[in-house]
Amino acid sequence: MLLAVTIPILCGTVFPEVVSKQAKMVFDSINELPDGSNILLSYDFDPASQGELLPMAQAFTRHCSIKGHKQFYMALWPLGSPMVDLSIDTIESEYPNLVYGVDYVKFDYKAGGEAVIRMITQDLRGMFPMDSKGVPLDDIPITKNIKNIQDMDLIVNVSAGDPGTKQWVQFAATPFGIKTVSGCTGVQAPQMYPYIPEQLAGVLGAIKAAAEYEAAIDEAYPSIADNPKAQEAKRRMGPQLVAHSLMIVLIIIGNWIFFVSRKRGLA
Amino acid sequence: MKRTVPLIIAIVAGFVLLIANFIPFAESWGLTAQEWFNILAVGAMILGGGNLLKLHLMKVSGQRKGWGYSVVTIVCFTATLIIGMFKMGVNPNPLTPDYAWSGYYLESGSGLWWIYQHMVVPLTSMMFAMLAFYVATAAFRAFRAKNTEATLLLITAGIVLLGRTYAGVWLFEGWLPESMQWLRFDNLTVWIMEIPNTGGTRAITIGIALGVVATSLRILLGVDRSYLGQD
Repeated sequence: MLLAVTIPILCGTVFPEVVSKQAKMVFDSINELPDGSNILLSYDFDPASQGELLPMAQAFTRHCSIKGHKQFYMALWPLGSPMVDLSIDTIESEYPNLVYGVDYVKFDYKAGGEAVIRMITQDLRGMFPMDSKGVPLDDIPITKNIKNIQDMDLIVNVSAGDPGTKQWVQFAATPFGIKTVSGCTGVQAPQMYPYIPEQLAGVLGAIKAAAEYEAAIDEAYPSIADNPKAQEAKRRMGPQLVAHSLMIVLIIIGNWIFFVSRKRGLA
Repeated sequence: MKRTVPLIIAIVAGFVLLIANFIPFAESWGLTAQEWFNILAVGAMILGGGNLLKLHLMKVSGQRKGWGYSVVTIVCFTATLIIGMFKMGVNPNPLTPDYAWSGYYLESGSGLWWIYQHMVVPLTSMMFAMLAFYVATAAFRAFRAKNTEATLLLITAGIVLLGRTYAGVWLFEGWLPESMQWLRFDNLTVWIMEIPNTGGTRAITIGIALGVVATSLRILLGVDRSYLGQD
């Protein structure tokens, strides 16, 4: 298994991606919004799942930055805040024309899970009186006229568990009709499908969907295809292919042993 | 009294949140209750931390089996708490330079940031990455076509495993007719996720929700008191 994962990474093999319907739905949700729309990005994951979710989180950041959307970052997980910092670093290094406080802002982590969501659907300042730098929201151009998250045009949630997409659907998307898209782990993705398309506009499930989303961005904005950092999910599909193929081989071998043993037992 | 007061608090809080959800006039009650929840969560966290310390200190003082790990736990817990709480290595916020503790607690280069980058990230990533090896051994040992249901699971797992990679497209490239493209593993995976999976998950979710309603009603009416613990 170690070799199955290591060799493709060292070889740097990248496979072409066919954009699936779900990835297209998520892409269109962000792309079809008018430039400068308000987008709330909630990073509800930690380093344990960053291998699967960080590439799609970064892809969301790049897509929103290209479109010039106003980005509002927050986290419901304590270790989600540093994940937001990685996206902020991406904006600062790749999109230096964007200004903090004008084009994007970061709210700090708040404990409470769904309680936080319930509060910010009514009163943003009730939960976040200031941003992560200690500046009152009334003094920040991007948040000056935002009363609550019902003023958002889209919620993008990157989720690894609880609290996560389910809570955003239950307490924000469904009661207030705020359009929401989600990026989640492969394990969580099957649970999100019942919410599509009424409560969730689309779901990116696992690193495969992240690679498809990156492919969709590359097709629409060819200049980003030259950025190696923007191809991270595609790069991780190489190890996934080899690892999955190895598992298929192991399953076949296991079943062959099982049937031979059973035949010998019967004979 | 020991059980009655918590019972009354639980029932009142439950009904307040229920009413706040359905009656617009009472919506602010729910928000107030949510704020109280956050404050109580802080108290619970302090209690939890104190209990953790107490248990591990008892283990160390009693020299019970594995007490060495308890020493590691206590040292790491205390160090992280002190470094984080006193914001060691954090510069004051430029907006309020006179206040030493006004900086961002995870400022790049600070003590807590160092612990996060060099301990938390590699350790948690390692724990999750090990799952891949466990899944590989489990696939070898457990995915056996013993009966019809196991065979169906096996076939579905094989289709999804390959459908989630480039192999799902490559295996059928060049020879599958256009009218049969639905047989491509990536398309079959999409169908599995959208139709059988969604139907089954929807049924399970509704069942769980009904169960939650029933259990919540029992707790709200004071019939179920298991959360109070034993006498």
